[in-house]
Amino acid sequence: MSQVLMAHGGGGELTRQLLVERVLPRLANPLLNPLLDSAILERPSGRVCLTTDSFVVQPLFFPGGDIGRLAVCGTVNDLTCLGARPLGLSLALILEEGLELETLERVIDSLARTAEEAGVPIITGDTKVIERQRGDGILINTTGIGVLPEGLDLRPARINAGDLVILTGVPAEHGLAILSVREGLGFETALASDAAPLNGLAAPLLALPGLRFMRDPTRGGVAGVLADLVEETGLSVEIEERALPLSPIVRHASEMLGLDPLNVANEGKLVIVIAPADASTALARLRAHPLGRHAAIIGQIKPSTPPLAELITAIGGRRIIQRPMAEATPRIC
Amino acid sequence: MKATLDALQRDAEGLGELRLMEVCGTHTVALFRTGVRDLLPSNVRLISGPGCPVCVTSQGYIDAAIEAAASGEVTLCTYGDMLRVPGQRGSLEALKARGARVVVCYSIRDALKYAQAHPKEQVMFLAVGFETTTPASALAVLEAARLGLERFTILSGHKLVMPAIEALLADPQADLHGFLLPGHVSVILGASPYRPLVDEHGLACVIAGFEPQQLIDGVARLVAQIKAGAPALENVYRAAVRPDGNPHARAITQQVFVAEDTEWRAMGVIPNSGLALRDEYAHFDAFKRFSLSLGADYDPPGCLCGQVIQGRVQPPQCPHFGKGCTLTQPIGPCMVSSEGTCAAWFKYARRA
Ligand code: SF4
Repeated sequence: MSQVLMAHGGGGELTRQLLVERVLPRLANPLLNPLLDSAILERPSGRVCLTTDSFVVQPLFFPGGDIGRLAVCGTVNDLTCLGARPLGLSLALILEEGLELETLERVIDSLARTAEEAGVPIITGDTKVIERQRGDGILINTTGIGVLPEGLDLRPARINAGDLVILTGVPAEHGLAILSVREGLGFETALASDAAPLNGLAAPLLALPGLRFMRDPTRGGVAGVLADLVEETGLSVEIEERALPLSPIVRHASEMLGLDPLNVANEGKLVIVIAPADASTALARLRAHPLGRHAAIIGQIKPSTPPLAELITAIGGRRIIQRPMAEATPRIC
Repeated sequence: MKATLDALQRDAEGLGELRLMEVCGTHTVALFRTGVRDLLPSNVRLISGPGCPVCVTSQGYIDAAIEAAASGEVTLCTYGDMLRVPGQRGSLEALKARGARVVVCYSIRDALKYAQAHPKEQVMFLAVGFETTTPASALAVLEAARLGLERFTILSGHKLVMPAIEALLADPQADLHGFLLPGHVSVILGASPYRPLVDEHGLACVIAGFEPQQLIDGVARLVAQIKAGAPALENVYRAAVRPDGNPHARAITQQVFVAEDTEWRAMGVIPNSGLALRDEYAHFDAFKRFSLSLGADYDPPGCLCGQVIQGRVQPPQCPHFGKGCTLTQPIGPCMVSSEGTCAAWFKYARRA
């Protein structure tokens, strides 16, 4: 038996075997091990945060990551953005009939490694099997629970004109890596997804009183977050193209595909808004972390009517930044 | 760069309004995205011409494609940009959501791969685009023949740049001073096909690439020619464009395609402006295989795309622009396509 069968989801002996042999040993931790119907956590002090995310990605494995790694990072990062300390994740696996068990094991291994990297245990879970469909193989949902430290209040309403905008690293790596393998574009060797849990990167910033807002620029890219900011604050934001930490390969791949790196997805970056007084401290702390080496101040919040996100281009022109319509796709010619 | 911009500023001074046309969707987008438009002297106006492959495609073609997908007979492979163009029966995107087999491809090679992997399906590729994409289509047809892909066809909507420019200039209303000529297309065509623009129409012409420096150089040379009263055909994209272009790519295109009279959106039928498959490759011709014919051309109700692609109307002059017509709810192809003029204005320049 090397593939997932419908019976693996039936709740009977096969289900138990699948879990006990393939899944649980890889995820073992004291909160999960009792295998009760629900995980039991000690009541934390502070407010509780809850977030959920579902993961559907093709291909399942790509340079720099896989669906398992994404499933941990996505949810951990959503908690991180509010300043919450993640306590644990639930893991719901929806497996397609016919999925190679070896593939499942690879995904769970990666998920476990990423959870360990983040220091966040998987504390409860569920597995179902669906009939063979498109051959996507595996869908994952994770829900994360976290605790907000007292006094921390990160939201757009606290942003003021004059605050600075930080991007924690090279944008567009995840989206370009996926596009590149999916379409066989030939950058596979040079491009890797940035998928990473960011709670460790963000932790040293939480003590800074000037920290206003953090968001991970996933599918809508950095442009999507900037558009959110403008809509949610009623202020304008001005980004300096020259200040963007672009790598040569991201530049080149975006150019070839006719894509704007600001519109392409990230899975291991934060857009941070911070008061000018704390910006250099924040930048130094970010750069001291391996995931923040290329962090840069990329722009500033401006008072303005109407509220706009604008880019000062490398040659000094101005143009608008908008949330991309849909997933970025390469141009025709 | 600063020096070029200063020189451009000086040259443009006192020349009155200079109307320069770019005829390549990639130029249109690059001019906005790099901020070059924002830095040009106020009397230099860049006008987008028929350079967006999706936008110039006649509505008859779009409707034929949608018909084919709706018939359930074929799996339709298409560039993503075509998906959302509205037709009489809704868009391909809407059909896809209702279960029609529509596959988004990044290139015709993807469609070929799909056809190989699904030998039982009739796979039809919507082959649109200018001289840059035709060699790839020609190669794909040759490859399909070699592989014996019985059920692969293309619906050729390929178009040629020069006949459209000539058609624009035939309009006595066309009031243009010069052309910023497309880098990618010229890589294939070379420079010589543009000669008549200078010799017969007395227009300034510069072939340019897509980097900010290229774009600024291109505009600066156009303005310098106009100021000197000496229209010429210049090439500032020498790194990529050779005088005779890419004869090999042209030969392959000619082996597979033959020029024919073709209908453009709102511009009518332009003589020898499109490419049809030669009889030897009729087997791969979706028009013939499925007895498709092109219906009437029309703009979606209230949409001025037909005027926009001819440079007669700028997007903000359209009453729907940014109101009824946005990136999320596009009315016409110029807003749908990522290279469309309305989309570029909306994305990069809509400040209100
Ligand atoms: S703004 Fe919309 S409706 Fe107006 S011309 Fe452009 S695409 Fe057509």
